[in-house]
Amino acid sequence: MSEEPILSVRDLRITYQTGRNSEVVAARDVEFDLYPGQSMALVGESGCGKTTLGLGLLRLLPKLGRIPQGEIVYRRKDGTTADILKMGKEELRRFRWSEAAMVFQGAMNAFNPVQRIGAHFADTLKDHLPEGKRLSKTEIRERSEELLRMVRLEPGRVLPSFPHELSGGMKQRALIALALALNPQVLVLDEPTTALDLLTQCSIVEELHRLRAEFGFTMIFITHDLGLAAELADRVSTMYAGRIIETGTAEDIFYDPRHPYTSGLINAVLPVVGDLPQLASIPGSPPSLATLPAGCAFGPRCEYVQDRCREAVPALEPLTDRPDGLTHATACLRAEDVQHSREVVSRA
Amino acid sequence: MPETPTIPDSPATAPLLRLSGLEQVFDTKRGKVPAVSGVDLKVEAGKVLCLVGESGCGKTTTARAAAGLTRPTGGSVEYLGHDIHRMGAAEWQEYREAVQYIHQDPYASLNPVRTVLSSLTAGLRKHKKVKGRHEARQAAARLLEQVELTPAESYLDKYPHQLSGGQRQRVAVARALAMNPKLLIADESTSMLDVSIRVSLLNTLGGLRDDLGVGFMFITHDLAVAKYFAWDGEIAVMYLGKVVEHGPTPQVINDPQHPYTKALIAAVCEPDPRLARSKKTIPLRSAEIPSLTALPSGCTFHPRCPLAESGDCDTTPPTLAPLDERRRLACHVVARDHVAAQAGTG
Amino acid sequence: MTVNAAPETTALPRQGTLSIIWQGLTRNKSGFAGAVIVLLILGLAYIGPFLIDRHNPSDGAKVWQAPSAEHLLGTNLQGKDTLIKVILGGAEPLWVGILAALIAVGVAVVVGSVAGYFRGKVDTVALQLTDITLTIPGIVLMLVLTTMYRSISATAIAVIIGVTTAPVLVRSIRAQVMSLKEREFVEAARLQNLGAGRIIFTEILPNMGGYIFVNFILAINNAIYALVGMYLLGLLPSTADNWGLMIYESWNSGAFRLPRALPYIAVPLALIILFQIGLVAMSRSLEQALNPRLRER
Repeated sequence: MSEEPILSVRDLRITYQTGRNSEVVAARDVEFDLYPGQSMALVGESGCGKTTLGLGLLRLLPKLGRIPQGEIVYRRKDGTTADILKMGKEELRRFRWSEAAMVFQGAMNAFNPVQRIGAHFADTLKDHLPEGKRLSKTEIRERSEELLRMVRLEPGRVLPSFPHELSGGMKQRALIALALALNPQVLVLDEPTTALDLLTQCSIVEELHRLRAEFGFTMIFITHDLGLAAELADRVSTMYAGRIIETGTAEDIFYDPRHPYTSGLINAVLPVVGDLPQLASIPGSPPSLATLPAGCAFGPRCEYVQDRCREAVPALEPLTDRPDGLTHATACLRAEDVQHSREVVSRA
Repeated sequence: MPETPTIPDSPATAPLLRLSGLEQVFDTKRGKVPAVSGVDLKVEAGKVLCLVGESGCGKTTTARAAAGLTRPTGGSVEYLGHDIHRMGAAEWQEYREAVQYIHQDPYASLNPVRTVLSSLTAGLRKHKKVKGRHEARQAAARLLEQVELTPAESYLDKYPHQLSGGQRQRVAVARALAMNPKLLIADESTSMLDVSIRVSLLNTLGGLRDDLGVGFMFITHDLAVAKYFAWDGEIAVMYLGKVVEHGPTPQVINDPQHPYTKALIAAVCEPDPRLARSKKTIPLRSAEIPSLTALPSGCTFHPRCPLAESGDCDTTPPTLAPLDERRRLACHVVARDHVAAQAGTG
Repeated sequence: MTVNAAPETTALPRQGTLSIIWQGLTRNKSGFAGAVIVLLILGLAYIGPFLIDRHNPSDGAKVWQAPSAEHLLGTNLQGKDTLIKVILGGAEPLWVGILAALIAVGVAVVVGSVAGYFRGKVDTVALQLTDITLTIPGIVLMLVLTTMYRSISATAIAVIIGVTTAPVLVRSIRAQVMSLKEREFVEAARLQNLGAGRIIFTEILPNMGGYIFVNFILAINNAIYALVGMYLLGLLPSTADNWGLMIYESWNSGAFRLPRALPYIAVPLALIILFQIGLVAMSRSLEQALNPRLRER
């Protein structure tokens, strides 16, 4: 991996307007460095801000979303850098797809139902060309076919089809191909396998592995499925109530979580193969973003909570010292005391 | 054990619920869709049977027929040995109370204009099981406590939109419990919930199973959930309207025999990075599930099956036959090899 | 192990339907204003006649007089006092409107929900009946009936308007019941063996409360317009005092062109329009009140 991060996020805050004079902070204090070729999972339960953060990174927030502070520095291949948050409209348009692309959640609805798949590819290819450049019809056709073959779809069948004529898995593959149309360096995927059947999920995961090995893009994917994170991520960041509360390698997070919430999350899922462990739930439910508790937002549900936890929001403190953003860090004052274990109920 | 629907059981020995040769064909614009074709299963009192499979495999259709929500186009659903569609009013009432169904979507299964109290007690009041408002309130509070919604009093006068998804699903379970059921049919009842909430609901349902002796027919696409909830029970794996493998959960999960079950288990993304990396997926010959309106000949899995051989596989549909004392399997190749292996060792 | 967070919102106090309606009427300014207008006009039409001297002689010397201290709204062709006619003339059109709407909505709710819930033969018969009724032009039916029976009563007119406007509503209620019937909470009610009657009336219809109510209001409006229209066409006997008849007389005699005779047509017309605006304003906020999700806002 190279020395310089491809994406540096600092002090990022994202808000949603909820009324004329009210807003909620959907993501706050987000900081991370992503290095070229890495695959980072953002995990958490619904409402934790992971999708907001993913959309915010490419400034694709819905209308009421705003980014009042922070910076997202993107480093191009030639070494120049640009703050995504300071890009003008035209610059941003060229940046998306050609430098960083998004695969939206819900393969079912991401395509315009009255447009053939071929038209979607043609639009994307034409829209994001540098000024003054044009593509002929044959060039567009050849590139579309190449892209579809890349995700192992039959171009002859898929290009003239309407979205509803394809299965969920085929649509998801086509979406990934579309995102890769302009060779982006960074790919952001929102719940890439949710709502797909098990065998289809598995094939999409394999596809992503293969494509990443082939093209070496950097990947951020948002998921509630810890299995997917374990399968696809080098790095995992857990989010809770709008903050990243723990980050580390997949091994750190799955085998040695230092935040009680991460530990709880891991203990709430089990591998299919092997013994039967006891699953434990996390008591209570996540707080509303509009009324966060004082101090650590997880405090009211935490078995390790102490008075000092309620005084200030704990910052993300490094526990190890590793390069390339692989440091294990957690936002818990009692990180040393967290016991992560699970009891085996029945042996296989 | 092969099912023998021709010999009627006496109510004393009959299973709580038995599905025999269950068939459900839907008439649609695109022709006849055989959603379920020939399912034989039974659930004993207090036991768990888990139906797993991908979307379109017929698990929900089977569950709905078992719950008496749809009338099967073939075969029968028997409650304590009696065909539910040949019951008189009194018998039907008994079945209706004993077998309850919990929907997947807690946002749709509660009437938006009724309070929790009103939803929970509608059945009790109709069937004269409670007298007066005060008694109804007490009964509803007890039900909420059974599903661990406490303090119950603070939930009774709420409307569904004031509750979270997990809380709603608990109310739906409590409503089913109001009928004092012997069997709960839970259709993907935990799949719309976040992981931590899902576990706590699963644990609550497990409590009902262990403490109240309620039997479960548990439908899920999530093998981990199936494993956790049905560890002491049985799993039936469905594919395109048929059961392809059926046996005790630990055996089916840890030693799957049918190539489809094997592929499913290998396809699971394990929440364990080392396991995920070491696990080998099983390549299928085709990624696409055939359409129910144009089912392949012979074994419906053969166009995707890594074990498929020409001959039996593409001409004769395999029957779900006993493989050993406790497991049933519908696969020509595995059954043949199994027989050969036993002959070899024996 | 499970501790469910206590619900964030405090429970609503248990409410009866009447208190919900009252809350609905007073929840916002336009709804409240609407309710006040409706009540005032109903008061004028039904209580007013008891508070005044109903004696209203014709007087050849007072034809089409302008408003004055003696006749606040002037007089008509026969020299009768316009104000007294306005007060006496409201009862009939409002009664016809409300009764016709009750009949239309009542028929539509019963037929539509039974047909939509049970389907099958009941549905086929109900659909055929509505089709047949839909093909009969109401106005022609009126024409025939009014020529056959010279002195047709207001109630009979209401029944005819109600029955002829029901079919469209039958179809839309049937369609809604059919879709609500497939909803999971209705299935849950079936699982409790609640019985068809209860399921229709306590599970399904309350979910359509706002819709039915709005249609009731619209049906009142339509019936009043139909009645006025029939008077304008001269289809109905000119016996009693009636706003519709006043409009017809003014129109027919050309008096609406005389500025001093304007109140004779303008006041009944204004009252009808105000009544309808009042009803619509009221219905909006009542519709919100009938939906627990909207009630809190």
